[in-house]
Amino acid sequence: MAAPDLATLTVSGARDGLRSGTWTSEELTTGYLERIRSVDPSVHAFLHVADELALAKAAEADRVRAEGHGEPPPLLGVPLAVKDVLSTQEMDTTCGSRILKGYRPPFTATAVERLQAAGSVLLGKTNTDEFAMGSSTENSGYGPTRNPWDLTRVPGGSSGGSAAAVACGLAPGALGTDTGGSVRQPAAFCGIVGLKPSYGRISRYGLVAFGSSLDQIGPLCRSVEDAALLLEVMAGRDPRDSTTVPEPVPAYSRDLDGDVSGLKLGVPEEYFIDGMQPEVEGRVRDAVEHMAGLGAEIVPVSLPHTDMALPVYYLVVTAEASANLSRYDGVRFGHSAQAGSMTENYRQTRAQGFGDEVKRRIMLGTYALSVGYYDAYYLKAQQVRTLIKRDFDRVFEQVDLLICPATPTTAFEIGDRVDDPLSMYLADVFTLSVNLAGVCGISLPCGTDAAGLPVGLQLIGPHLGEQALLNAAHAYESTTDWHTRVPDPIA
Amino acid sequence: MTTSDKSPHLDHDTVRAVADLARLNLTDEEVVRFAGQLGQVLAHAEKLQAVNTADVPPTPYVLSLANVAREDEPAPGLSQEEALANAPEQDRGFFRVKSFFGS
Repeated sequence: MAAPDLATLTVSGARDGLRSGTWTSEELTTGYLERIRSVDPSVHAFLHVADELALAKAAEADRVRAEGHGEPPPLLGVPLAVKDVLSTQEMDTTCGSRILKGYRPPFTATAVERLQAAGSVLLGKTNTDEFAMGSSTENSGYGPTRNPWDLTRVPGGSSGGSAAAVACGLAPGALGTDTGGSVRQPAAFCGIVGLKPSYGRISRYGLVAFGSSLDQIGPLCRSVEDAALLLEVMAGRDPRDSTTVPEPVPAYSRDLDGDVSGLKLGVPEEYFIDGMQPEVEGRVRDAVEHMAGLGAEIVPVSLPHTDMALPVYYLVVTAEASANLSRYDGVRFGHSAQAGSMTENYRQTRAQGFGDEVKRRIMLGTYALSVGYYDAYYLKAQQVRTLIKRDFDRVFEQVDLLICPATPTTAFEIGDRVDDPLSMYLADVFTLSVNLAGVCGISLPCGTDAAGLPVGLQLIGPHLGEQALLNAAHAYESTTDWHTRVPDPIA
Repeated sequence: MTTSDKSPHLDHDTVRAVADLARLNLTDEEVVRFAGQLGQVLAHAEKLQAVNTADVPPTPYVLSLANVAREDEPAPGLSQEEALANAPEQDRGFFRVKSFFGS
């Protein structure tokens, strides 16, 4: 075979090579598994690598293609990785938590099932902050993931394992989940593309719940076209998730035209703040100018409640999380402390099984929901959430999309923020509002800082505005070369 | 940093009471640390009180979908064996729990 360059191979590139017979899925899968074996000890992107299963699926994909009955499924034989908060019947699902060590779900998440039905081969499960609670992947119960661009830095989080895996070519694409920025922020830190679809676009069935009114699954990949491809495979109504929307799923990847002439791009002033890294602001302003050069109309806009997003988010998401995490009781699945009485077993099981950040969030959420504080915190946060959503409703009457930074800084050092939750939470200050409003957003590389670390550009679209969002991102990507840069080889 | 003096809501007794509601044992060290860290986050959240939300309805959920129903068609569910496969303890086809009373 003509050996593919796995460091730069995209999902669509892998698919094209399989279609043309340049390589087989077995060759491709073997290549990725070998690369994982040599590189991942330094990066720790994976919690579980499914060697045998992946090779068996790859051989099966090659057989299906050779037999050639009709049109092969769109991702036949393409290897992918999946964040370990998505249930997989064939692999353990730990959510990066000790409390779920060895847990094997009796069902598979709809999004994963659809990728499998499209023929893809799962390489394994990627590392995450425990229950997706974090912005650096340092909160994993199984050790942190490192940023392939600088191994002393975080990859972002919580989908840091998926982002790092794609950034250093351990998979051409991966699934993440985004509750407050957990796809877009690590994509920005790792110099790749990350899409947070609109709430309700992709089924959450089998996604272990964190903040149920905010969680969405999204792809991390090397190109906007890949994000479109994975989205169109996963999106759509699912009878097992009543929050999936019934609107038909467009052929997102087919209709990418890269034409932004006349597109109205809003620049929200609140997303350029004191204290952000000047190089991030600089690269993003350059990108705005670049889009203007492509024919987009740049419109200054305002989202006046932006600075309320952080407190609203941390009250809403912790309230939802404290309720969702009450299921970890040591009775039906997961760790059990085997303490003497029922109540003491709950208390000890949860004390032993959960890490610091999860405990903090359960505490904060329980407090915000408790008698006497409910109105002042939880209800108030939900009311201000309405105002944040109205900001977006109003602004999307004026413009088609928003353009802004994905993060206030580039990737920070491992250990820098672990003891200061508020400074850690600030890493998501530009991504949280999108989840609160339920709209869609994408992060893509738009430059580097002086240390050579990637800077992420964020585009935001209205609810179900994925096609315009992907088109604009594709327009930027196809006229710049930031997405073609890869970190130096590791190990 | 101990912010229990700065944030009157989160003294150590409150932290212990909330942990009790959440069925979560905390060590004394955790009580002190969480009091400070949660106090800091709650102090930040105080800025919400300055927002006028009179007549603003809450948004628990962004979609307008409501009362979504599917066809009521019988389909196979998990077998007893599958449902019990991850149980820390089981007994004659049931989840085994610790005693509610005594001890």
